Formats: sequence, structure tokens, C-alpha cells
Amino acid sequence: MAIRWFYYAAPQNFYALAGRLWPWLAALATALGVAGLWVGFALAPEDAQQGEGYRIIFVHVPVSWMSMVIYLAMAFWSILGLTFNTRLSGMMTRALAPSGAMFTFLSLWTGALWGKPMWGTWWVWDARLTSELILFFLYLGYIALTSAIDDVRRADRAGALIAIVGAINVPIIYFSVKWWNTLHQGASVSLTRSPSMAQLMLWGMLLMALSFWVYTLAIVTYRVRSLILERERHTAWVQALPEVSGAKK
Amino acid sequence: MNIFFTVVWRDLRLAMRRKAEVLNSVFFFVVVAALFPLAIGPEPETLRHIGPGVLWVGALLATMLGLSRMFESDLRDGSLEHMLLSPHSLGLMVLGKITAHWLLCGVPLVILAPILGLQFDLSPQALSMLCLSLLLGTPVLSCVGAIGAALTLGVRGGGILISLLVLPLYVPVLVFGAGAVQALESGVGAQAHVSILLAMLLPALFFSPWACSVGLRIALE
Amino acid sequence: MNTLSLQVLQASVQRAGRQLFAPVSFELQAGQALHLQGENGSGKTSLLRALCGLSPLSQGVVNWCGEPLPEARQAFGKDVFYLGHALGLKDELSALENLQAACAIAAQRLDTDAAVRALQAQGLRKRMHLPLRVLSQGQKRRVALARLQVSAARLWLLDEPWVALDQAAQSALSDMLQTHVVQGGLLLFTSHQAQDLGDAVSVLRLQP
Repeated sequence: MAIRWFYYAAPQNFYALAGRLWPWLAALATALGVAGLWVGFALAPEDAQQGEGYRIIFVHVPVSWMSMVIYLAMAFWSILGLTFNTRLSGMMTRALAPSGAMFTFLSLWTGALWGKPMWGTWWVWDARLTSELILFFLYLGYIALTSAIDDVRRADRAGALIAIVGAINVPIIYFSVKWWNTLHQGASVSLTRSPSMAQLMLWGMLLMALSFWVYTLAIVTYRVRSLILERERHTAWVQALPEVSGAKK
Repeated sequence: MNIFFTVVWRDLRLAMRRKAEVLNSVFFFVVVAALFPLAIGPEPETLRHIGPGVLWVGALLATMLGLSRMFESDLRDGSLEHMLLSPHSLGLMVLGKITAHWLLCGVPLVILAPILGLQFDLSPQALSMLCLSLLLGTPVLSCVGAIGAALTLGVRGGGILISLLVLPLYVPVLVFGAGAVQALESGVGAQAHVSILLAMLLPALFFSPWACSVGLRIALE
Repeated sequence: MNTLSLQVLQASVQRAGRQLFAPVSFELQAGQALHLQGENGSGKTSLLRALCGLSPLSQGVVNWCGEPLPEARQAFGKDVFYLGHALGLKDELSALENLQAACAIAAQRLDTDAAVRALQAQGLRKRMHLPLRVLSQGQKRRVALARLQVSAARLWLLDEPWVALDQAAQSALSDMLQTHVVQGGLLLFTSHQAQDLGDAVSVLRLQP
């Protein structure tokens, strides 16, 4: 089993695997997404308190989950990359970052869209919202740092370090903001306390979460392929690829 | 251990001969603290309320200003390479640089804060808590900022980039630092805040030199 | 104690995904010098920095006194002196202060008299206490050479050390290097000009 993993650590082998995988992942993500949206918007009943507006929870909660999961994944690949010095780790982290930033942004945006009808305001310094905002800055920081450094290897390793340092900080940030928030007795609304969620609602959220997760896998796989092509463009195997040699004609 | 003091003394000596840079952060702090009352209005009640926050943000921004310079001159003239080649522990040398940075940037802020705090009509207890929170918080700011400085060495857009990298990491320090003063004023008591600031300081002192060494080696490859 | 030797096996360096030169192998022992040659951009500086451990090798191994370099880093740090294009001197400090600071960082005991003598030998006696800021480029280089003179390191890695020196200083430097080699030190240097340092010098040319 260990041998198989190290086999795919080589960009050339991963490229082939990724090429076979991503269409299936994309299809699966679409299917799950459609199912989830159907459950969430067509099947699930109206909420007693919030009416129809609560349905945004089917997007909001899954994207928030994803924003945090992706950051953890980035930290994981970063640790791997700094320890084993593999090229693929840096590419995976870089491929994850834009999706993570997107999900974080969506989380903030859908949160605001939900907040307006709920609390009458677009923004509230709720512990979760605030730490989500800071997470967004962490993503932006990583993307900015890796874009600003010209040398690819140095950019990867510097980005890995900041991702790890940031990951250590995420619980600290959340805790400190929660502390700050409770001390201020500000927003008394909590976003996800749902005492007994209807079965259907839960299923809707889970389906959407799975859909986003598979979507992330698909798009990261696809992005890594592009990164591999870009970085390994001088090697013989890339030059020999049909999509590369064909384009040259 | 000797190398730690050598590096601290070296950096202090260098800064003393380049005074303009040192005064930069301090001046900024004073300006921020002076401008806020002018912008917000002289009502003592309001000022007392925002004072600790404003001063803490001012201290934070003033520290951020000086971060890009931490390793820059050593990189430019090649001394940084010699530090990396040295048989001494790089972490210890980096800790020396961080300490020097704090002595030049953080300590003046701690000393000036109570004076500037008078503008905000803060009570003596609030002023001393402000001092204490800054005393515990500014070293963390220097430590964490050094990591950002090491990673962005020689990279274009350095100043803004460092700020973006370091800002999320500064938030907990800000929250508990400014929060300590507010907790004291509201009667809740600031022991918890001070303990947490300490709890942030000790790991920062241990972890940051190591992270900076890794960052410096990456930057100089 | 292991005999002094710098052994390089099939080493090469990459930059921006491209290998800079064909892998090189050589061994340098006590009392030997190596002149690293190559065109501009052929990777001489990169190789020197990789030998120091500042940059990674894309392939190959470096052994110092029989031990591979990552493990021997501590011992290597005590024994090597690297002089790159940037001199490693602070503009705000004086020549003497620079020598003292540099030796402190290199974990080397420095006798003040020895430092003063070295600066005098470089013709800087009158300017010893002035900040480096006011010295000319050539004079700064001479301070770096004074630093070299007081160095206790046995392996010298020098990148274009003759640059910006006048005729007299150049021959003084050649003498210093020759003395170092004769006394059992190791020397690896790059230079575009042919240098006459005696018989113990071999040449290695970097090819793409």
C-alpha cells in the first residue's frame, strides 16, 4: 500500500491518474448537488420560525464546513511537503487554496444574505462570522505570498510554512473571537443551533456537503494537472503528451 | 547563550546609528493616538470607551510598519548568509533579533501608551492594565511578525504582503490585549485576559524562532 | 580526527526547473586549491552556495571530512569561510567592529591585536574606526579580506574575490591565498581572470 502512494507522488503518474479521475468526480459532484438542492429546496418543509428564508442553510453550512476542511487539507499537504520535499504537495496546496477562498467567501456572503432577514443587518460580529472572515484573510495571505515569489520551489515552501502557522492559529482565533463575543454580549443569535432538525433537512445538508466535497476533489485534481503541465513542461514525458505535442502542430 | 546577547547588542547598536528607522514606528503610534480624538470628538465618555482599542490598534499597526526591516538590511549586505552558515544556533540568533526589535519598537510603545492614554481620559487602573497588556502583547507581535518578515524577505510588495500574512495571527493578541483593559473597566476583572496573553507569549517565544529559521532558510535558498 | 577533505560527487544545481550544469565530481584535500571556471550564468555562484549548504543540490552529495553535509553542518560551519558577492559587512559599523561582530557570529575567538594588524596589512589603519559607509567599494573589499586573514576556517569558498581591487591589493590577495594553501588549508574560488597561485591549483570548468 505504501508503495502505491509513493508511486503516485511522482507528478507523471499522478497526472495520468488525475486525468482518469476528474470527469467521474465532476459527474458525481453534479449528481449529489442536484440531489441535495432538490431535497433542500423542494422536499424539505418550511421552517416554523424562519419560513422559506432558512433554506439558505443548505448552502451556507456546507460551504462553511468546506472552508475549514480545505484549510486543514492545505495544512496537511504543507506538512507533508516540508517533511518529504515532494513536488506534488506544493501543487496540491496551491490547487486547494482558491477553492478554499471561494468557499470562505460564499460562507460569508450566504451568511450575510441569511442575516439580513434574520437580524435585520448584513453583518454581525458573531464569533463564527468573524473567525470566518479571518480565515478568508488567511487564504488570501497564502495566495498572495505564493503569487509574489517568483521561484516556484521557494514559493511552495514559504506558502507551506504560512499555511501551517495559520492552521495552528485557527483554533486560537476562533477561541479568542468567541471569548470577545461573549464578553460583549453582542449577537444573541447562534447560527447553527438547530434543536431537532427535521430528518430531511439534515439529509439535504449532508448531500450538499458531500457534493461540495466531491466538487473540490474534482477541481483540485483538474487544477493539479494544469500545474503539473506548467511546472514539468521541460521534461520529455510532458513534451510527448498528445495534448501538448498535438497543440504544437 | 552568549550569541543571543551578541546579536541583541549588535542590532541595538546598528539601530542607534540609523535612528530614523527606529523613530518611524513610535511616531506613527503617537500620530494615530492623537488623530483619533480629533476625528471622533472630545466627549470623555466616548473616548474612554474607545481608548484602549485605539491605542492597541495603533501599537499593532506601528509594529507592523517596522516588520519588513527586520531582516532586510542583513539580507542586502550578506550578513544573513553568514548567520545561516554559523555553527551557532540560528534560532538563538533569530530570537536575539526579535528581542532587539521588541526593545526598539515594542518597549517605546509600552512607555508611551500611558501618556497617550491620558488623552482618552483613562483611569490610572486602566492605564496600568493597558501597560501590562502591551508589555505582554508586544513581544508576541514581534515574534509572530518575524515569521512574516522571514517568509517575505526580498519579495516585492513586502510591506503589504507582511501585513496580510500577519494580520490574522495578530487578532487574538489584539482581542485579549484590548479586552483586558475593557474587562477591567467593566468590573469583570482581567485575570483571565492576562493569563491568556501569557499563554500566548510563552509558545510564541519558543515556536517563532524555529519557524523563522525555517522561513529564513527557505528565503535564502 | 578525520583528515580534511571536501568531496563532491555528481553534484548539480537547478534553477527555475533547469539544470545549470552537467554534474561535477571532485575531491579537495588539505593543501589543495580548485579554480571553478565557467561562463556568466553557468552556475558557479550557485554551486558555491550549494556547497555551503545555503541552497539545495538538485542531485549529488557533498562530504566534509568523510561525513555527508547535512549531518556535518555544525563542524562544517566552524571550518568554512564563504565570501560571496555581498561582503557580509554592516555599513553602520566600523571596520574593526565589523571584524569583531563577524567573528562572533562565526563562533571564532578574535584577538583585537590580530584584527588591527590585519586591517593595517590591508592599508586601513587610518580608517579602522570609520563607519564602512564612508569607505569606497575597494576599501570595503579590503575589510572583507582582512576578515579573511583573521579567519581560522580551513576551507575557504571565495566567489570572485579579486573584483574591485587595485593591482597591489590583487597580488596581496593572491599571496594570502597561496599562504593559506601552503599551510594546509583548502581553497575553492571562482574568477574570470587566470590566477597564478602555484602548482597546487586544479581547474574545473562547468559545462551546461
